[in-house]
Amino acid sequence: MLTSPVRLPAPPRLDALDREYRDAARLKRRATMGVAVAVIALALFSGWLVGADPALLARRLPVFFSYFDRIFTLDGGARAWTDPREWFWGLRRWLRLLGDTLLIAYVGTFLGAAGGFFLSFASAANLVSNRWLRGTAKRFLEFCRTVPDIVFALIFVVAFGLGPVPGVLALLVHTVGALGKQMSEVIENADRKPIEGLTAVGASWPAMVRFAVVPQILPNFASYALLRLEINVREASVLGFVGAGGIGQDLMEAIRKFYYADVSAILLLLIGTVMLIDLGTERVRHHLMGAESRA
Amino acid sequence: MSGTATAPLRDAALADLQSLKRRHPDAFRTLDRRRVAGLFAVFAALALLCFGLWRLGFSPGLLLGGLGQLAWFTGLMLPPDPGSWSILLSTLTGLGETLAIAFLGTGFAALLALPVSLLAARNTTVSGAVRFLTRRSLDTLRGVNTLIWALIWIGVVGLGPFAGVLAIVTIDVGTLGKMFSEAIEAADGRAAEGITSAGGGALHRIRYATLPEVMPVLAGQALYLFESNVRASTIIGIIGAGGIGLQLSEMIRTLEWRAVSFIILLILVMVALIDWLSARLRRAIAGEAPGQTA
Repeated sequence: MLTSPVRLPAPPRLDALDREYRDAARLKRRATMGVAVAVIALALFSGWLVGADPALLARRLPVFFSYFDRIFTLDGGARAWTDPREWFWGLRRWLRLLGDTLLIAYVGTFLGAAGGFFLSFASAANLVSNRWLRGTAKRFLEFCRTVPDIVFALIFVVAFGLGPVPGVLALLVHTVGALGKQMSEVIENADRKPIEGLTAVGASWPAMVRFAVVPQILPNFASYALLRLEINVREASVLGFVGAGGIGQDLMEAIRKFYYADVSAILLLLIGTVMLIDLGTERVRHHLMGAESRA
Repeated sequence: MSGTATAPLRDAALADLQSLKRRHPDAFRTLDRRRVAGLFAVFAALALLCFGLWRLGFSPGLLLGGLGQLAWFTGLMLPPDPGSWSILLSTLTGLGETLAIAFLGTGFAALLALPVSLLAARNTTVSGAVRFLTRRSLDTLRGVNTLIWALIWIGVVGLGPFAGVLAIVTIDVGTLGKMFSEAIEAADGRAAEGITSAGGGALHRIRYATLPEVMPVLAGQALYLFESNVRASTIIGIIGAGGIGLQLSEMIRTLEWRAVSFIILLILVMVALIDWLSARLRRAIAGEAPGQTA
């Protein structure tokens, strides 16, 4: 410090600068403290509202961790992996239900993607100048994706009866909303020149969309639809909780009735399936992205 | 109009067709290999769709009957109306619970995820093995659905919103841990180098270089997740883990359609409000960011 070439200002000026620095630092500290106090107060209020009980949690936390010990223990007391036949006793049934779960996700995604695809054109600002039509389409998509799919499933179960059909329809509605919004954003970012070109040569609106817009957005659309399929496989696995088909029903029963080994068996099957689907769709998506960059 | 203008061009092209075909063979091939592969993929996808529709028991009768019911219910839903003061009160309590679950869940998940993410980030971890194990554990936490975690926690602490908070904390430690660790890995390394050159240790680097730099990013991510958790905590009540989902599923099961549409409307309004508020806060944090790092 003594060898520093920087020359300090004269003492009165130095004191003023020092005071200003302290004031600024104090102001910032006070703001941080204010935020912290507000957050803590909100947290305490929320804790009171939900009836949070740290003592209960501390008492029961070992139960939570030992849960993972228990689900890998067979009824006989042996470790689950010492007897895979006993562990996966219901494999045939579970695989069938898992297949149903995948089909629910697939059919829901496919039909929902088709619906979202068409609605996305109606809600894109560069294709539709009628504000009412566009606004209606946008609001409809917003409604479809803001209401959680499991709420739709609850209502559809009452209307269509228990089974996979309401599950598919619930995923369908939610997919229309989610994909429709993503795609209309892609369309709004599409290159304007082909659109202007086709309009200039007198193409009708459907022809313009088909030959100017669709080729631009198709790889993106497929990629988003595959991502949505991954999400829907996860969602489909819990639709059974409300009676809308798939493996969720068996999983919920196993958890509620404390069939410990079944819980781990079904969860492992589910996690494995989800990982396989993710890997598969990721490969396809990379392939599609490659195709897009080549085009 | 354009027909007359382009006619000579078209006649010329038709007269020269053979030569055009020779010069641009690809443009005239109707079925090239990519097209065949594409058609095959579309055909396979449609076949799987038909199989799925058949396997899952879709039938025109079922669909028509269900849609008729649905139209009938929709008619009964209008106008939205809670029906009684006690239902209105329980709905508002449920909404408050939902927000509280999302707030507490995100907050505690962020507190727990911060140290874990330091272990999962390449530039702050203690060793490669620890990093690998941490990342796989986070993947597992994230890989199980919120509703499944909620069921498990109900078995531990009983029915009620507390189980919902714990479920959100569990899955969000996985999500935030991953997001935080990626933000930390993206941090500029020069500040940390400066601390090292001044004789600081690993903890000094984290406290005085990494954290001040990434904190605004992490806060933004936590707020973003809060938005998504408000949505998630509207549904965990369906299986008994607190929040508005409980009232909603009860009203659906007892066919109180006006109350159902009222609750859904309130949820939509709440989600829109929270998104707006959170977006404003996130912008404020992002705007503050340069000041904080300076």
